[in-house]
Amino acid sequence: MSVLVYTESEQGSFKKIALEVASYAKAVANQLGTTVTAVTINTEDTSALANYGVDKVLKVSHDQLSNFNAKGYAAVIKQAAEKEAAKVIIVSSSANSKYLAPLLAIDLNAGYVTNVIEAPESTSPFTVKRNAFTNKAFELTQINTDIKIVSISNNSFGLVENNAQATAEDFSPSIPDLTVTVESVDKATDKVSIADAEIVVSGGRGLKGPENWGMIEELADVLGAATACSKPVSDLGWRPHAEHVGQTGKPVASNLYIAIGISGAIQHLAGINASKVKVVINNDADAPFFKAADYGVVGDAFEVVPQLIEKLKAFKAQQ
Amino acid sequence: MKILVCISHVPDTTSKINFTDDNSKFDTNGVQFVINPNDEFGLTRAMWFKEQQGANVTVVNVGGQETEPTLRKALAIGADAAIRVNMQATDGFSVAKQLANVVKEGGYDLVIAGRESIDYNGSMVPGMVAGLTNANFVNKCIGLTVEGSSVTALREIDGGKETVSTTLPVVIGGQKGLVEESDLRIPNMRGIMMARKKPLTVVEATETTPETTSIKFEKPAAKGAVKLVSPDNLDELINLLHNEAKVI
Ligand SMILES: Cc1cc2nc3c(=O)[nH]c(=O)nc-3n(C[C@H](O)[C@H](O)[C@H](O)COP(=O)(O)OP(=O)(O)OC[C@H]3O[C@@H](n4cnc5c(N)ncnc54)[C@H](O)[C@@H]3O)c2cc1C
Ligand SMILES: Nc1ncnc2c1ncn2[C@@H]1O[C@H](COP(=O)(O)O)[C@@H](O)[C@H]1O
Repeated sequence: MSVLVYTESEQGSFKKIALEVASYAKAVANQLGTTVTAVTINTEDTSALANYGVDKVLKVSHDQLSNFNAKGYAAVIKQAAEKEAAKVIIVSSSANSKYLAPLLAIDLNAGYVTNVIEAPESTSPFTVKRNAFTNKAFELTQINTDIKIVSISNNSFGLVENNAQATAEDFSPSIPDLTVTVESVDKATDKVSIADAEIVVSGGRGLKGPENWGMIEELADVLGAATACSKPVSDLGWRPHAEHVGQTGKPVASNLYIAIGISGAIQHLAGINASKVKVVINNDADAPFFKAADYGVVGDAFEVVPQLIEKLKAFKAQQ
Repeated sequence: MKILVCISHVPDTTSKINFTDDNSKFDTNGVQFVINPNDEFGLTRAMWFKEQQGANVTVVNVGGQETEPTLRKALAIGADAAIRVNMQATDGFSVAKQLANVVKEGGYDLVIAGRESIDYNGSMVPGMVAGLTNANFVNKCIGLTVEGSSVTALREIDGGKETVSTTLPVVIGGQKGLVEESDLRIPNMRGIMMARKKPLTVVEATETTPETTSIKFEKPAAKGAVKLVSPDNLDELINLLHNEAKVI
């Protein structure tokens, strides 16, 4: 009956979202009066999970699963759910989790809800609040099935420490024929990805050209942030498509979003509104972004950003 | 190759979102509907297959009669035929089930859907269709080629991209990158005229039990006024972010 959570890792250590989904699973388990079981794939050291309320870890190690494979990973989680007789399964909003979860939902005849931002409003009926209309509204959704799958929005629940005595056991599910094969992976390992970032520094057309992105990258570096951009910036080829954020680009749900030289069009705002704190730097006091922001600086980015970098460096040095 | 492109009919990106019936329903009053942007990229890629490799392209929507102009637009862009499954789309699972019926009935080799629809943001229909039809599935697809029954796809992953290979039949969760923004087509007069003569078949939905039910909507609370910091006093900004917002 325990709540099952899929905890993702990268190069052997848990991603922050894994600890966040574990925290969320613990909250659900408390509501249901049950325990939390985590399933991990190819992760040796699982001790970190105990700090976030996990009671039991099912450790799966398999060469065939060394690259992510939606069908293979869904099969593992399905068998773990059956073993634990889990009725609630929690996953993150990572690209991988959102890839496997619909397959898992079909395999388990489970109702599946994405973009969930809070612990369930009630567990009987099972009702959760989610983001819809690209952050322009919240939707309260009820899951009607016996087994439920919930994908939670990144950074929405946060990390909640809960000491548990996690026991770990090896689990060897059967792996189906994997008919989608990864041929090559192209991933910048030295950069923070928008999906994982707690802080995102984003630049718009106000920066005039790709040659001016040095200061954006430097600001991101100082803050340990990911870089992003508005749609026209990627359409113009100033920055890669992968950095395009907004309603038709990547969604951003960071703790801090810094928008530099971005006007704040409705399609841009929709995609980044789930961020908790928004800072705008723009030389036009009437730019619509100021209405959506928490903090703003009306000024020329070419003067403000270099100064901000120096001041942040000094601030960081003191910390 | 037989291609099915799933089209969701969504409010234009500039739409103001409002609700009626005690906040239980989306208020369509005065809202312009468009082809879901992710589906537009998929449709354009399908047109490429049609023109370069001789594919046949059908578009499908699960919805009421009000979605037909959106399907006609897809026909005007160049799809050969359209299907509307007559049902009000309420949850992703029911929609996926209807689409899976269409896929099985028509024997499509390649099903292109969008990574996500911009209204309900379910991000589930393509994966569910793949699961229900036992097809291979590639999500967040940003590049796609098909040679015989071999499929090579580029997909976005967190922090990068990867190349995968698989075989038909396959379901794609597509997005920008499948084609470029500049390749998107606006229907021309000739396309619009031809679209009127192309078949738009309405099929009745099979019964499904919704797995999830939308209870009500709520709009985010109005935002407090922005706190402006002078460009000459950036230490204050750092102070606010550190001590007040606690984000750095
Ligand atoms: C269907 C559709 C989907 C879309 N989806 C997206 C999306 O997902 N994401 C997205 O971003 N957009 C999207 N857009 C585009 C959106 O409508 C805007 O056109 C876009 O966001 C504007 O980008 P921008 O703010 O960088 O540029 P602009 O609107 O040109 O704004 C530039 C800003 O920079 C400021 N500026 C200029 N010089 C300086 C300086 N020296 N210092 C400081 N500030 C300066 C200006 O005051 C201005 O506010 C979409 C549009 C459509 C039609
Ligand atoms: N009612 C529908 N009719 C046809 N296709 C749909 C419908 N709803 C969703 N889709 C397809 O599934 C994709 C993802 O939608 P969703 O899972 O709702 O985010 C969309 O981009 C469409 O390709």
